[in-house]
Amino acid sequence: MRKLLILVGALFVVHVALLFVRPSGAAQPPAAGDALDIGIVFDVGGRGDKSFNDGAYNGAERAAKELGARVRFVEPGDGSDREAGLRLLAAEGVDLVIGVGFIFTDDLTQLAREYPNTRFAGVDYSVGSDKDGKVILPPANLAALKFREEEGSYLVGSLAALVSKSKKVGFVGGMNFPLIQKFEAGYIAGVQHVCPKCTVVSQYAGVTPEAFRNPGKGKELALSQYQQGVDVIFHASGSTGLGVFEAARQTGHLAIGVDADQYAEAPGYILTSMVKGVDAAVFDAIKRTKENTFKGGIYQFGLAEQGVGYVYDEHNKALIPAAVRAQLEQIRAEIIAGRIKVPSSR
Amino acid sequence: MSNAPQQQDTAVRMSGIEMRFGPVRANRGASLEVARGEIHALVGENGAGKSTLMRVLSGMYVPNAGTVEVSGRDVTGWSTARAIESGVGMVHQHFMLVPTLTVAENVILGRELTKGGQLDRARAVAEVRTLSERTGLLVDPARMVRDLSVGEAQRVEILKALYRGAKILILDEPTAVLSPPEIEELWQVLRGMRDAGDTIVLITHKLDEVMAISDTVTVMRQGETVGRVATRGTSPADLARLMVGRDVTLAADMAHHASTTAGAHQQEQGAAALEVRDLVVQGARGVTAVNHVSFSVRPGEILGIAGVEGNGQTELIEAIAGLRAPRGGSIHLGSADVTSMAVRPRGDAGLSHIPEDRHERGLILDFSIADNLVLGQQHRFRKGALLDHARIAENATTQVATYDIRPTDSSLPARALSGGNQQKIVIAREMSRDFTVLLAAQPTRGVDVGAIEFIHAQLRQAREAGKAVLLVSADLAEVLALSDRVAVMYEGKIVALLPRAEATIERLGAFMTGAEHAA
Amino acid sequence: MMTREKFEEAVLPPVVALLVAMLVGDALILLFGQSPGAVYRMLLEGTWGNAYGLGQVLYKATTLTFTGLAVAIGLRAGLFNIGAESQLAAGGFMAAVVGLAIPAGVPALLLLPVYFLAAALAGGAVGALPGWLKARFGAHEVITTIMLNFVVLALLNYLISSRFKVPDTLHTRELASGRLPRLDAFLPAFHGSAANVVLLLALAAAVLVGWFLFRTRAGFELRATGLQPAAAEYGGVKVGRVWWHAMAISGALAGIGGLNYVLGYKGYYEEGFATGAGFLGIAVALVGRSHPVGIVLAALLFATLSQGGLAVNALVPKQMVDVLQAVVIIAVATSVPEVRRLLRGFRRSNDA
Repeated sequence: MRKLLILVGALFVVHVALLFVRPSGAAQPPAAGDALDIGIVFDVGGRGDKSFNDGAYNGAERAAKELGARVRFVEPGDGSDREAGLRLLAAEGVDLVIGVGFIFTDDLTQLAREYPNTRFAGVDYSVGSDKDGKVILPPANLAALKFREEEGSYLVGSLAALVSKSKKVGFVGGMNFPLIQKFEAGYIAGVQHVCPKCTVVSQYAGVTPEAFRNPGKGKELALSQYQQGVDVIFHASGSTGLGVFEAARQTGHLAIGVDADQYAEAPGYILTSMVKGVDAAVFDAIKRTKENTFKGGIYQFGLAEQGVGYVYDEHNKALIPAAVRAQLEQIRAEIIAGRIKVPSSR
Repeated sequence: MSNAPQQQDTAVRMSGIEMRFGPVRANRGASLEVARGEIHALVGENGAGKSTLMRVLSGMYVPNAGTVEVSGRDVTGWSTARAIESGVGMVHQHFMLVPTLTVAENVILGRELTKGGQLDRARAVAEVRTLSERTGLLVDPARMVRDLSVGEAQRVEILKALYRGAKILILDEPTAVLSPPEIEELWQVLRGMRDAGDTIVLITHKLDEVMAISDTVTVMRQGETVGRVATRGTSPADLARLMVGRDVTLAADMAHHASTTAGAHQQEQGAAALEVRDLVVQGARGVTAVNHVSFSVRPGEILGIAGVEGNGQTELIEAIAGLRAPRGGSIHLGSADVTSMAVRPRGDAGLSHIPEDRHERGLILDFSIADNLVLGQQHRFRKGALLDHARIAENATTQVATYDIRPTDSSLPARALSGGNQQKIVIAREMSRDFTVLLAAQPTRGVDVGAIEFIHAQLRQAREAGKAVLLVSADLAEVLALSDRVAVMYEGKIVALLPRAEATIERLGAFMTGAEHAA
Repeated sequence: MMTREKFEEAVLPPVVALLVAMLVGDALILLFGQSPGAVYRMLLEGTWGNAYGLGQVLYKATTLTFTGLAVAIGLRAGLFNIGAESQLAAGGFMAAVVGLAIPAGVPALLLLPVYFLAAALAGGAVGALPGWLKARFGAHEVITTIMLNFVVLALLNYLISSRFKVPDTLHTRELASGRLPRLDAFLPAFHGSAANVVLLLALAAAVLVGWFLFRTRAGFELRATGLQPAAAEYGGVKVGRVWWHAMAISGALAGIGGLNYVLGYKGYYEEGFATGAGFLGIAVALVGRSHPVGIVLAALLFATLSQGGLAVNALVPKQMVDVLQAVVIIAVATSVPEVRRLLRGFRRSNDA
C-alpha cells in the first residue's frame, strides 16, 4: 500500500510539473476583442468525412486566412452536445455561430431566439412549413444556407448517362430522407434528359445518420451495382461514399463524388464530383458578418449562384470528351435560364 | 562451487526468510537446512508458511529479507527459470497439466524437442519412457492426460520436474489425492530417488507420512521454524506438540476409542433419518458418477464413506444436498421424499451440509464472518424484505464465542481467516441450525491439527445428540476414527459397507483401488 | 466501519488510474502543441467554472448514473451487461411512445409514474431477455447483450424513421404532457443547461440501489451469486432466477435513464439521443467500483470529461478527451478487483 502511495505522489508531481509546460506554438484561448470570432459545430462524428463537414471546415479556414477570422470548432460527442456546443459558442459571444447539418435545425432556431444579438447560420437548415403549407421563416438573426443539390445532381446525372457504355448508371444515397432524395431526384432527371432509355439503379445505405458513416455498406452496395452492369455510380452518402470509391477502384469502374472535389480519394476512377459549395457558403456568411451585412433568412445556392456544380479540371479532363463537356454546359445554361425545370423530389 | 566440504553436503540452506503479503507475514525469519540425498519433511499446520517458504525456494516469490543458498551458492531472489536450470523443481498441490495433450507432450512442454522445426514426437515419447522406467514412475507416455487417474497425473508432474533436471525436488502435499497403495508406490519412488542421490523436500501435515518416509523433519508454526529433528529421534506426539504449541489428541489414537463406542450407538437404532435408494447421478461431461447407490443413515450414527477422490463422492453429496439433480432413484429425509426438492426446503426439512470445498461453496470469501454465519439461513434472519442486521450481528457474536472463531471481529471478510477458522464458520453455521441429518464432506481438509480435533469433537457431539451424520473423507484415518459403519465408494458404486470393527486399513485399501469387490 | 487500509484499497487504484490518464492527457496535449495547464484550466472553467457548464455536467451525469447503476447491478450479480446502450434507448423510446398518446394538460406529477413504468418496463424487458437466456440455456450474457444492442437499436431506428418521426428530423413529436422542469426553473443561474429534476431521480436511484444491495435479503443473495455462484446455490439461492432478475433490474435502471432526455430535456425521443452513454456506463460502474457512491462520483467525472471535451475543443481535437476516457477505463480496468474477478470467471467458464 505504501508503494502505491508513493506512486500516487510521483505521478502527481510529474503531472503538476507538466501543467507549467507551455510549448512555443500554444494557442491562447479566444478572448473577446475586436477580432472576428466564428464558431462552428459539426455533427456527431462529422469531421473528417472528406465531403460535407470538411467543406465547412475549409470555408472557415479560408476565412481565417483571408479575413483574419478566429475560428473555433466543436465536435459533439452525443446528441445532447449539439445544443451544448452551439450554446457554448453563443455564450462566449462569438460573432457568428454555424451549425453544420440539417439536424441542427431545432437547436439553431431555439438558440437564435434566445440570443437575438448573436448571428447564427445553419448549413442545410431545413425550413419548415405550417399547416397551410406556408414557409415558416427562420428568426431574423439566423441564416438558412440551403443548396439546390438537385441542380448539380442533374448535371452529373447527364454526364453519367453520356459516358456510360452500359446505359446503366447507379446512385448510392446515405440516409434515406428528403434532403438526399433531392440528389437522387435531380440525378435521375438528368439521366433521363439525355438518355431516356438509360436505367438508374438507386439504393440507400440506411435510414439513420449512421448511414453517412458506413464505408463498408457503401462498398457492398457499389459492388453489387457494378456487378449488375452499372458502370458509373453517383454517391451522396458522406463517408459511406469512401466505400463506393473503393469498389470503383477494385472493379475498374467510375464513381462520382459529392459535396467536395473527391478526386484524390481514388485518382483515375472519379469521373467528377458534384460539388456543393459548403465552403463558399460558409465563407460568404463569415464575410458578411465581417462586413456587417449579415442578414437572417433563407439563402438558396444553386447553379446560378455557383453554390453547386461539377468538377472539370486537369485531373478528369481525360475522362470527359469535349463534346460531352459542351453538352453539359448547354444544359447548365438552360437550367439557369429556367428552361429546364429540375425536380427536387421523387 | 565452494571449497568448504560442509557446504557440499548441504543442498539447501535458507535463513531469516521474511515474506510479507500486505499486512500478512507468511514467513517470519523462517529457516530450513536440507542435506543432500535426504528426504526432508517440512511439516506444520495450514497457514504455518510451509508452501510460502518453498515458493521462495523455487523462485516464485522474492523474500523481503533473508538468504537462500542452494549447493552453497547464494541464490536469494532468483527466478523460477533460474531455479529450474539449477535443478530445483516443485510439484504443486494443484496439477498444472494440459488435459488434452499426451503425457509425453506435457512432460516436454516448455522445452520441446524439434526436428526441422517440427515437434519430434517419437523422440519425446522415447525419452519420457526411459525416464519413467528408470525412476519407477510408471505411466504410458502416449496416453492423454485427461484419461489418467489422479495418482498417474501426479507421476506426470514429478516426471516433468525430473525431465527438467531437478536434483532437488519439492513436493507439496502429494498424498492428498492418493489411495493407500498409491501412496506406498510414491514412497518407493521417492526412496529410489534418494538412494540415487537426489534431494527431496516433502511438505505435509500428516504425521504418519513424516514417520514413514522422511529422514529429517523441520517443523513450522506461524511462519517461524520451531524445530529441526531427525525422524528416528522423534514421535508423532512430539511433532504435533511442536506444530500446535501444546498437547493434542491425534485422530489415530482416537480410532480405537471410536470403534469401542460404536457398538453402543448402534443399539439405539430406529428408522433411518437419511435414506438413499438406487440413486443415479451424472457428473461432469455426462459420465455416470453415482451408479445405483443405496444406503441409509440412522439417527445417532456416523456413516463414513471412504474412497479415493473422484469416485462419485462429490456428486453423491451434491445430489443429497439438492445441488445436483439425480437421474434416477430417490432420497428421503425421515419420511419425506426430498428427491426433487430445492436446496432451501431440504434445509428446512432438517438437512445440514458441510460442503467439501469451503472456498467455492461453503463460504463467500468476500462476505463478512457474520454474513457467512447466516448463509443459507438468510430467510430466517430478515424483517420483511430487509435483512435483520441486528440479529445477524447477535448471532455472529454468539457463534464466534461458541465455536472459538478467530479473529473475533465478525465484520472481517472470511477471506482474512485461516483455513481452520474458515471451516469453523461453516461448522458453526451448519451445527447451530435445527437439523436431523448432517452431510460432512471432507470436513477437515486443509485444516490445522488443532481445528481437526475440534471438528471431530463436533461431529461426535452431533452423533451423541441423535443426529444422523454422513461423513465423506479422503483421509482414511479420519473415517476410521469417527465412523460407526464404513462404506467404500469405487467408480460410482458402494463396493463395501462394513461395521467399524471389520474395517481395517488393509481391507479398505483393497476396496478403494477396486482390487476387491464385496457388498 | 471502514478501516484505513480498506479505504485506501478502495480509493487508491482509481486515483492512480486517474493520474495515469491525466499524464497521458498531458502528453497528448503537448503533442498538439498546447499547454496542459491552459487546457485543463479551460476544461474546468467550461464545466465546474460556471453554472451553465455545471448544469451540463449534471445533465450528463444523470444519464450516466442510471447506466452506471445498471451495469453495477449486473456486476454485483456476476454479470457483464454490455446492453445498457439499447436498454437506455428502449426506455426513452417507450416513454415517448406512451407520452404521445397522452393529451395535453395532465399534471406532470400524475404522469411521472406512468412514464417511469413505461421506461422501466421497456429497459427491463431488453435486460431480462439475456438474463433469462443465460439462466435457461447458459448463453453468455456478454454475447447476448451485445447482439441485442444491434437488434434493439436497429428496431428503434426503423420504428422512428418509418412511423414516429416528424418529417425532416429524426425525432418524434413533442410530448403534450408530463415534461419535467429543468433546474433553471428553480435556480435561474442554470439557464440554458439541460439539467433537470430527473437528476433527483438518479440520486434516489443510487440510494435505492445501495439500500437494495446491502440491506435487503434479495440484495444479499444477488451479491452472493455474483461473488460465488456455487456458494449461493449451496445457500439455497436460485442462481438462475437471480441472474434474470438482476438483468431485469439492470435494464430497468438504464431504461429510466432515458427519461432524462425525453422528459427532462427535449420532450421527445430522438434517434441516438444518448449515443455512448450505455457503454460509458460500464466505465462508470467499474471506476465507481460498483458502489452507488462511487458511481455517482464516477458519473460526475465522466460527465466532466465529456462536457469539458467540448469546452477545450478549440485547442485540442475531441479525440483527445476520448483517448483520456479510454485511458481511465483501461487503467481502472486493470487495477480493479471486480474486473479481475470477471476475467477469472471467463477463464473458469472456458475451462468447463
